[in-house]
Amino acid sequence: MSAATATQPLLDRFPAGAIVAEEGRDQPTWRVDRAVLADLARALRDDPESRYDTLLDLCGVDYPERDERFEAVYHLYSMPRAARLRLKVSLSEDDPVLPSLIPVWKAADWFEREAYDMFGLRFEGHPNLRRLLTHDGFVGHPLRKDYAPDRRWILTEEKIYLPKLTAPATEESMFERMTINIGPSHPAMHGTFRFVAMLDGERIAASEVEIGYLHRCFEKMSETHTWQQVIPYTDRLNYCSSFINNVAYCRTVEKLLGVEVPPRAVWARTILSEFSRIMDHCVANGSTLVDCGALTNFWYLFQVREEVYGLLESLCGSRLTVSACRIGGLLADLPPDFEARCRRLLEIIPSFVGDVEKLIDKNRIFMDRAVGIGRITGEEAVNWGWTGPCLRASGVGYDVRKAHPYDLYDTVEWEVPVLNGGDVYDRYRLRMLEIRQSMAIIRQLLDRGMPPGPFVVDDPHVALPPKAAVYNQMESMIYHFKLIMDGIRVPLGEQYVPTEGANGELGFYIVSDGSARPYRIKVRPPCFPIFSTFSRLMEGHTVSDVIATLGGLNIIAGELDR
Amino acid sequence: MRREALDLPGVQEHPRTLTPRRMTIAERLYLPLLPGLLVTIRHFLGNLFRTRKAYTIEYPEQRRQYSHRFRGHHILTTRPDGSVRCVACYLCATNCPAECIHIEAAERADVNVEKYPAVYQIDLLRCIFCGYCVDACPEDAIIMSNNYDLAFYSREQSIAGKADLMKPFTFDPGKLGYRPYYPEETGLPGPTDPGSFDLVEAARERATGPSAA
Repeated sequence: MSAATATQPLLDRFPAGAIVAEEGRDQPTWRVDRAVLADLARALRDDPESRYDTLLDLCGVDYPERDERFEAVYHLYSMPRAARLRLKVSLSEDDPVLPSLIPVWKAADWFEREAYDMFGLRFEGHPNLRRLLTHDGFVGHPLRKDYAPDRRWILTEEKIYLPKLTAPATEESMFERMTINIGPSHPAMHGTFRFVAMLDGERIAASEVEIGYLHRCFEKMSETHTWQQVIPYTDRLNYCSSFINNVAYCRTVEKLLGVEVPPRAVWARTILSEFSRIMDHCVANGSTLVDCGALTNFWYLFQVREEVYGLLESLCGSRLTVSACRIGGLLADLPPDFEARCRRLLEIIPSFVGDVEKLIDKNRIFMDRAVGIGRITGEEAVNWGWTGPCLRASGVGYDVRKAHPYDLYDTVEWEVPVLNGGDVYDRYRLRMLEIRQSMAIIRQLLDRGMPPGPFVVDDPHVALPPKAAVYNQMESMIYHFKLIMDGIRVPLGEQYVPTEGANGELGFYIVSDGSARPYRIKVRPPCFPIFSTFSRLMEGHTVSDVIATLGGLNIIAGELDR
Repeated sequence: MRREALDLPGVQEHPRTLTPRRMTIAERLYLPLLPGLLVTIRHFLGNLFRTRKAYTIEYPEQRRQYSHRFRGHHILTTRPDGSVRCVACYLCATNCPAECIHIEAAERADVNVEKYPAVYQIDLLRCIFCGYCVDACPEDAIIMSNNYDLAFYSREQSIAGKADLMKPFTFDPGKLGYRPYYPEETGLPGPTDPGSFDLVEAARERATGPSAA
């Protein structure tokens, strides 16, 4: 981190001992007394020297052996300064209460509900502190360490949540009010979300979003599996670009281990991440357009996805849930025709994308549905915790690949496209521009040539030795058995590593207690804060606008509900 | 003004106003729909007269060609004498993230091998086809095939036992999938049939060099 996290004058405003900096962390970390948390948060946001304008993530961690058992961990980010800060608040089991930060960052809304749901932390001042990911028939808080992973709860009909929506009557409201339910199983909801809207005539007067229908306790399950076994679980987060999830998780564990990934694997990871991004953008745009009635584009764009799946399958043998990364590299060496296949893809993608642009870009039928719909300004989007293409369509050019380069992104020339419409049309357009940038990145890397060398790190404590060595050498055989029976030992520590996922900053916050299993894994799913804004985005719009907006936000239920 | 690119890092001011796209007069008159119409007509004629390759596959008459690495139905490989190669070491079951492998070991008459699986079952409805069992196997006893025809009439049928795993093909017999070595790709001599080649012997040969082979 380049800049100091905050200036001394800011800290002097708080009583001594209320804020203690922890040394030797991956990013600046402060342990904060909950009494000063709300004031500190406001000061950190507004102070011109610190300007932490967004709350990226909030999660709980449970340490049953400590006196103050729970820890609430906030990850803040300052876009103007490209600086990160982690705040930790310790809480006892009898009194796990802390102030809600919704007045400072709107993004806190759902994150606080999630922490309440998973750990039982209570946020004073939260307007709607209900369970978010689990259902209302659920008892207990599943991510506490004393909660058995195999507990099951059945949701009975009388416990199903029914939102009670209210909205003040306005002068224009001359119609009868009606509440309608869209989802959770509705073809236009792209996954399983429930959207409840109170209509005033055709306009939405108030609405509420209900999620968690695809919750499968990814984070709890990770704690019961070895580090290597978590990789197939990450495939199922954002299943439209599962390769990027693999990379994001593996990079975090590699940072914890201090392992250097071989250049060949880094090269392949960068190329395949970009292809996955292209694929994800095609899905997002294809489904936006098909929701607006433009089915043809869906076919053209999905053909691109089909071809990229072929490339991934030739490496790892699977199309959707690739599990193609291993901690320290890739699962297998690249196929001999890898470069030829990539070049062929670069040739055909522009023809499909170009056809869609010819059909849509200047098409008034689409513009009437999309321009000015689902608007959000850059300033507001940042406060709601938006990242990725949706934020860049609102005029804020934050991209992890540029702001905090990883892999090979700082060695190639490309730019971050930014548009300033903040609506459905610009989100569509921006994804098309990003597809071009991704292709430029891939082309430069291909021209550079495939680096020679191993595809996975040569460290028998991290990666399985090659099979030929296992069959022939006693030592490799022992390492092979040890690695599978005991798993990788990841040193004690914590890491938050951001990766630019297809729809925003995909962050993995991992705490390791030095054992063979993760102590705590928290995913920061990029679409989670975006979708928490949905009710606010849809105020005053019609139901048809809801459908048009949803595809463009690229909400992936697998990642949202985890 | 519509900006196309922004200097980074350091987003100094977050925009408070939006400038949505404005329609031109031609767009208001729906004129740009005509080039779009040409795109669909081109695709339509191309498909009608088959002047270009169709993107669809007429399954099941026509089947998709997957790579040699496809992660399909598992195969339990055999020794030259036809017995199962697996030595019931439980590494695959330990490494399986889905916990779908069930093994019951038994003693074997041959003292060099000691153990074999009396029961080896994979619950194909639990299996996520990640290939971790193949990675874990120290004997090349489990590999994967190219077979993706996995449909069942009952849950009982979804549990593949030893016999199913040793003869896993319904179509394309002999098409192997995910495994530690790909002789098709490297051009080195090696096993392509799980029944008649000694995979471990072949791997040893490859490791010690082509002269030994």
